[in-house]
This record gives sequence, structure tokens and C-alpha cells, in this order.
Amino acid sequence: MLIRLNGGKVYDPANNINGEVRDIFIFDGKIIGTPLEDTRIDKTYDIRDRIVMAGAIDIHTHIGGGKINIARMMLPEDHEADPVSRTKLTRAGCGHAAPSTLTTGYRYALLGYTACFEPAMLPINARQAHLEMSDTPIVDKGAYALLGNDDFLLRLLAENKEQQSINDYVAWIIDVTQSMAIKVVNPGGISAFKFNQRNLDLDEPHPYYRTTPRQVLQRLARATYELGVPHPLHVHGCNLGVPGNVNTTLNTIDGMEGLPIHLTHIQFHSYDTEGDRKFSSAAPRIAEAVNRSSNVSIDVGQVMFGQTVTASGDTMSQYRNYPLASPKKWVCMDIECEAGCGVVPFHYRQRNFVNALQWAIGLEIFLLVGDPWRVFLTTDHPNGAPFTTYPHLIRLLMDRSFRRDMLSHIHKDAAAMSHLGSIDREYSLYEIAIMTRAGPAHSLGLKDRGHLAPGAAADITIYKEDANKEKMFAKPEYVFKDGELVVYKGKIVMVPQGATHCVKPNYDKGIERPLKQYFDRYHTVAFENFKLDPEEILEIGGGHLSIQPCHTGG
Amino acid sequence: MQAPNSHRLSTSTFTNVSCPFCSLLCDDLIIKNRGGQLHVERYGCTKAIAGFERSVIKTSPRIQGREASLKEAVDCTARMLRAAKQPLFSGLGTDVAGMRAVLPLAERTGGILDHMHGDAETPHVLALQEGGWMSTTLTEIRNRADLIIFAGTDVVSDFPRFFERIVWNSHGLFDLKPEQRDIIYIGRHLNTAPGRSPKGRKPLHIECDQRRLPEIVSVLRTLLRGDAIQVRSVAGVSISVLQTLIERMQKARYGVLVWVPAALDFPHTDLAIQVFYELVKDLNKTTRFSGFSLGGNDGGITATNVCTWQSGYPLRTGFSRGYPKYDAWRYSTKSLLEHGTIDTLVWISSLSTQPPPVGSETPTIVLGVPQFKFSEEPDVFIPVGTPGVDHNGQLFRCDNVVALPMRTLRQSPLPSVASVMTAIHELL
Repeated sequence: MLIRLNGGKVYDPANNINGEVRDIFIFDGKIIGTPLEDTRIDKTYDIRDRIVMAGAIDIHTHIGGGKINIARMMLPEDHEADPVSRTKLTRAGCGHAAPSTLTTGYRYALLGYTACFEPAMLPINARQAHLEMSDTPIVDKGAYALLGNDDFLLRLLAENKEQQSINDYVAWIIDVTQSMAIKVVNPGGISAFKFNQRNLDLDEPHPYYRTTPRQVLQRLARATYELGVPHPLHVHGCNLGVPGNVNTTLNTIDGMEGLPIHLTHIQFHSYDTEGDRKFSSAAPRIAEAVNRSSNVSIDVGQVMFGQTVTASGDTMSQYRNYPLASPKKWVCMDIECEAGCGVVPFHYRQRNFVNALQWAIGLEIFLLVGDPWRVFLTTDHPNGAPFTTYPHLIRLLMDRSFRRDMLSHIHKDAAAMSHLGSIDREYSLYEIAIMTRAGPAHSLGLKDRGHLAPGAAADITIYKEDANKEKMFAKPEYVFKDGELVVYKGKIVMVPQGATHCVKPNYDKGIERPLKQYFDRYHTVAFENFKLDPEEILEIGGGHLSIQPCHTGG
Repeated sequence: MQAPNSHRLSTSTFTNVSCPFCSLLCDDLIIKNRGGQLHVERYGCTKAIAGFERSVIKTSPRIQGREASLKEAVDCTARMLRAAKQPLFSGLGTDVAGMRAVLPLAERTGGILDHMHGDAETPHVLALQEGGWMSTTLTEIRNRADLIIFAGTDVVSDFPRFFERIVWNSHGLFDLKPEQRDIIYIGRHLNTAPGRSPKGRKPLHIECDQRRLPEIVSVLRTLLRGDAIQVRSVAGVSISVLQTLIERMQKARYGVLVWVPAALDFPHTDLAIQVFYELVKDLNKTTRFSGFSLGGNDGGITATNVCTWQSGYPLRTGFSRGYPKYDAWRYSTKSLLEHGTIDTLVWISSLSTQPPPVGSETPTIVLGVPQFKFSEEPDVFIPVGTPGVDHNGQLFRCDNVVALPMRTLRQSPLPSVASVMTAIHELL
């Protein structure tokens, strides 16, 4: 079927198109060039005056796997306020902080998102994560495998093994867990917590292995780079949430010696210790460092006010934060000599000094980082807020007077300590399209997503323009997924299964010999059963496996 | 799911087989298929042998006790479910695919979901919703635990290979030699022999009535805080013994408190489990300590997890209003049957031969293994295959983290729970 989207204003930064009126043609799920004049058009959508963008991509959202399922199980009271009934087309479920998988897929699509990436998949939990993601309909999915606290890697580092072994192991993990990238969480710190250590700074030796977080980061960043994995090492650094952690974050940036890294939910790592309460914004220093370091990209992990739940592999930080749990219940779990999981519900309050300042710090970072190709829009769903708050966040970025109005409602001392009121910048539609589409696609190496040139997958979102950007982004008029209309005027009209994206870097299979020995000697899962092969992804209904190319030569 | 090539399966030896017959999911078994009959060659415990070596018997579906075709049985079930005002899907002894097929059917029919071990397993979920967990997983215990306390259980009665696989290993990742582990039992009528180390070191056994474990643990918490205890003993155990115990717990580098939910056979076990976790959380102020709930047999952990990610709630969730509603108390199988709240029961048991509760007048459909024996013949019986024996699948392990692949070991005419549920759904 040949479809024509007639006369929309197109924002396609990957192809330098900034609000030009253009027709877009879709054939067989792909965008094609203008057909010959007498070609029969099967269906035309008149979208004059409408805004056209590629489908949005969430580069960091906890949508599948053990910890988010524990968060769901833990919070029935949060779900009760947001029940979702079944319809002829869609399944029942529930929403808010940790929505059911099906509801997650529908709601992302309703917001114009067509791809979501689970950023913290424990390799041992890969089977569960892929199962949950395959029950998340419409959107494409992918996951980053979590390394850096696994005893196999820490042993390689402690023995000072050559980089090639690290590379082979990293590539093997990506391969057998069907992953898209590598994430590191509190490098070495989750493991150190199992040895009863409560903090681990960048250059502090691990209590058992004596390696430092800096070494873990450098080795993994180098591996990711040398393997040609498109997305740089995805870093959740040391000292999350600790006042004064700005120094650790700045040292982390400098310590990479030019290797590409992505610093995730950087808002939680941008705290200084000025003022009476010894808690202040370090956003200007962080933004300055990001601006001058072209090897660094970030996502913000914006905090928004209200009830949510934090789910993280960082047991060391989650244990430190449990006294702040609201409601008062929390989970910490050590997992399989690989990592851990911590689930702590949070209620961010605008009248609370720290929460209000966290909100302001996130916005300051968004507004002070100059290059929208290197900063991506996230709330670290659900850790800073549920993803359903994105339209509100976009309005905060695009509408200065609205932002100042909101600023006047937060804790007075926090507002006074923040630089936010003095920042005039407003994001343009073009910049929003970069940070929610073109930027993430480029960073992940998704060649046929995040843009609208011929050859791209027809993942397209069409908005009715509105001065109130929250309203505009909350309810796209049309959303196409691989050329099929899936959303029309706030309603799901079709429920396809998205693809599972992964990468397949080359490696020496010889690494399986020491791995098999490691599993045989120390593990409770057989080496053979740890591996998740592509057939199993298909068997569990994970859509087709879309293998994205790696860079060559590293 | 394609049945693998029958020629290859008729006489084959399978290695690294994961065993679905308890929630430890040991995955090192070696199993031989001789013309469809399975033999556990190595690493089988009593449960594995009983499960894998169940003799192959030819059974056809039955309606009112009379033989019927699969199509007739599916048609009849669909008719019953169409007429049902409030069905209950219970048992739920099945794999991920089975649960993924049950859930949409429950949504479609306004059904309620509960597991055959719901009474034992629900308190652990309630403890999560009331206070949370601080827990660990099997590989961590295997490599790190220098103190393991078994509260009200000897484990081996339900999980025969626990000590062999997790406790008395020849290798450990760290400095800890498995031989150095301290093993302590609290409770009565426990088989403590497996707790003796390979070199013969005996475990400590603190004898007390299982039902008084919450008191013991509460006193341990009090002693940990350094508060005074007025009595000299609690539940027949002297305070000095408990004082020594809490000191050993504080000195442990990585302690684990293990219990089996099914063995906590007293009222308000959710509160008992909450106290266990509170003690564990208190101990973590100075050292590392974890709780470990060893439950989830018959696909219990699997059913809870799939139900949670698809609906947002754990089991004991119902769809009578079109959206999911969770009620850990009202939606228990026992209570629903007793109060006549439901008018149709679908009972699923593809791993063991656990029958539905007897004595209810409720029209009943059973999806079960062919070896099922009934004292009361159900209205419909549909024999189904076992995941990890007759068809592929996935199951979740007791620790709520690890899901393992279950592989087809023989060519089987038996349909999976998933395929039967899907066929029923298509008729509605």
C-alpha cells in the first residue's frame, strides 16, 4: 500500500529539515522518495498545518526485567488509582509509576514513541527482561546488558588481563543476552556492597579485588569502543544522589581520556554542597564539562513532582536511600555474583527543598548544555518520574514563562538557590526533535530510525500544533509504526509487535572456555542455559530480531 | 512451538537439562530418552526421578468421565466459560507461555487468578507490600554465605538438592571455604543430617515449636537493639542461647536466613515474614545479611511474575470489572469455593498431579498431566504435556530472578497448556 502524508510541516534534524512543508510517502513499512507522477496513491492523509516528526525514541526507560516487576508487585495502591480496562483491541492492565507491560506499550505509542530501550538488563535476568519486553506491544525494544560488578569481569581486571579478553567477554555478553549496548552501574560498588562496603569513590580500591571504579570504567569504555558497538558505554556513575558527587562526575568525564561515554540520569550526579543545607546545584559545572567534552553524551533523568518508584541495580545507593522511602517499604537484593537490585518508592514534593532543587537541577542541565545532539530527554522512568510526564517536561523546556510560573511554586529556598529563573533559553521544535529522535537514534546506531529520509522505517508521529506544548505532545493526532497507523486522535487503532534491536560485535569464541569453567565451578546456572539464543527471542514472541551494524575498526 | 524431529528424540541423551519439578530448577541433569520413556541418568533427586520417569500413559480427554476428542473437550470448556459469570483459574502449575495464554482468557471471561500454593506463597508478596524484602539468590549463597540459618525448615524435605548444589561445594569464588560455613536450624522435627559438613562438623539445632518462630525472631531483634528482655526464655529457648545466636549473626560476614513458606503453618504468616525481613534489615546496619524465601513450586514464581507484568498485580487478581482488581484475601481459591463466589473452576496442573480441592459443587475443568487421579471426576479433563519434558518453555526459579529454558525431551502427542488455552480463547 502506498500512503501519502500530504503537506505537513516536517522536523527531521537528521536530514537538516526544519519545519519545511513536505509530502512523505510510505510503501511497505518504509519511507520512500516521491513516486512518479502517475503512480496510484492508495491512501492520502491531509495533514496540512500539522507537525511531522519521526517516532520518538526513549534511550533510557526501565520497562522490563526483575526490578521493575518487583516495583509493580510492591505497589498495588499506586495501580489502583489508574486502572486500565480491556477493549476489543487492547488488553487490561494498570498505569502510573510502574505500569503493566501492555499498558506501557500502549501509552508510549499514544505519546508518539515508537522505540524504548531498557537500560539495565542483568545478563542473568535477560530471559525475563526479553519476556517482559515482548509483552510490551507496538514499540520497538532493545536492552543494555549490565556489567562492571560481575565477578567474572572483576577477576579479569584483578588479574590485569589484556584488553582483548575484556573485549571478547563484553562482546560475548552482548551476543548471548541479545543486547544493544553495555551499561555499567556504580562500577564495582554493587559488588563492594556485598563485602559490606557502603561507599566506593572513583579511585577507591574494591575491598576484595583492589580494582577501582575508574579502571572498570576505562576498561569497559575501551571495550565498547574497540568492538565498534555504536552506543558508547552507558554509565551510571559512583555516588548517585550524594551531595558533592559533582567532583566524582567531573573526574569521571576527565578520566575517560577521550573515550566515548554516555552519562545517564546525570541530574542525580550533579550535586554540590554549598548553602546552609549542604546541598546545591552543580548543573553549571556539569554543563560546562559536557559542553567542552565532545566524547560525552548525557541523558538527564529529570525529577518531576509526585509519587513514583525508583528501581536500580545500584544496591549500595538504594540501601543508603531507604530511609527516604515513601511509602515506607523497600527492596534490596544481591544477584548471582553479577549485580543487584534495589527498589525504593519515592514521593518527590515541590515543597521539599531537596526534591525542588533536584527538579531545578535537571532543567538547568537541559538548558545549559548547548548541543541537543548530546543530551537526551529522559526521566529515567520511573526513577525521576513516570514517562507519562514527558509532555509536561517538554513544555517546561519550550516555554519560558510556564517554566517561571512553575518555579514560583517550588520550595522558596530551592528556587532562590537555583539559576533556573535567569535562564532564557527555550527549546525549539527542531531541538526537541533532535533530543527525542535524531539524537538517540544516532547514539544507538539505529540507521533506519529517528529520521524521515527515504529508506527509513515509517515510524512517524504527527501532532496538531498548539501554543500549549504539553497539550500538543500529550496527544499526537497520528502515529505510524512501520507504516501502519497505530494511534489516531488519542486512541490505539492497531497493535503490532515491534522489533527487538541488538548488535553483534565480532569476538573470539575462545572466551567460552574460561567462561564455561567459571560457570561449572561457581554458578548455579549451567553455562549452556545462561545463553539466550535468537530462536528463543522469536519463540517468546519478541518480534523480529533487528541486528544493527557495528562500526568497523573501533 | 515445533516438536523437534522425532527421530532425533527417540533415543537421545540430554545434558544440562533443567528440572521443572521443584523451584530450585537444578539445570545440570543428564536424561536419556529411550523410545519416549525418560530415565534420569545423573543428578536426579527423588522429585526429579518421580517427575521425569512418570510412565508414559495414553490418556484422552474426558467429558463427564467419557472419552472425548481434544476438540470436543475444548468446545465444551469454551461453552462452560461462555456461560460462566465468575470463573476462577487456579492451580496455575504451568510455564510462562501457559500463563501468557491464561491471562487474556481470564480478562475475556472476567476470571480470577490464584495458584494452587496461593495460601503459602501470598504472605511473601504481602510482606513485600507491607515492608519490603532484603534478599539474595542461589549463586550468592553458594559463594558468599558463611552462616545459613534455617527457620522452621530443613529444606531437604521439599528441595532435596539444596545442600549438594548450594552449600557443600568444592569451589568458592572468595576466601570462604564451604567447610567453614556455619549451619543453624531453628525448629522441631527437622532432618538436620544434611547440615553436617563433609568433614563432619555438626550444625547447631535450636529446638522450638515452629509456630513460635515469630516470637523468637522478635526477641532476636530486641537483643540486637540492646534492649532488655524480662523473661528468661521464649518458646522454650533460653535468652542466653538467643543472645549467643544474635552475636553469631552479627559476626557473620554474609548471613542468610532461609525459610520455606509452606512450612510456616500458622496464621498471619505475612507478619512473621515481615519480622524475618525486619531482622535482616536491622542486621544490615553493620554487616551483610539476607532473607531467602524458598518457595514457588509448581510454577508459583512463574505464575506470579507473569501475572504481575501483564496486569500490574500479583496473583489473586480478578478481571470481573474489565480491569484488574487485586485482593489477596477474598481471591483465595479456598475462600472462593467455600463462599460459592465462583461458578466455574479451571484447574491447571502440568507439573505435578496436585488435584483441585475436593468437595465443591462447582463445575470444574482440569488441565493436568495424564497421570492425574481424581477422587471426584471433573466435568472436563484435558491431559496436557509438562514443560521441560513434552514441550519447550520457561520457568522462574525460587529466587525471583533467574528464568531458565525448559526443553523438549521427547516427542509427545500431549498439547501444552498454552495451546489448549489459546484454542479455548479462540472459540469465545
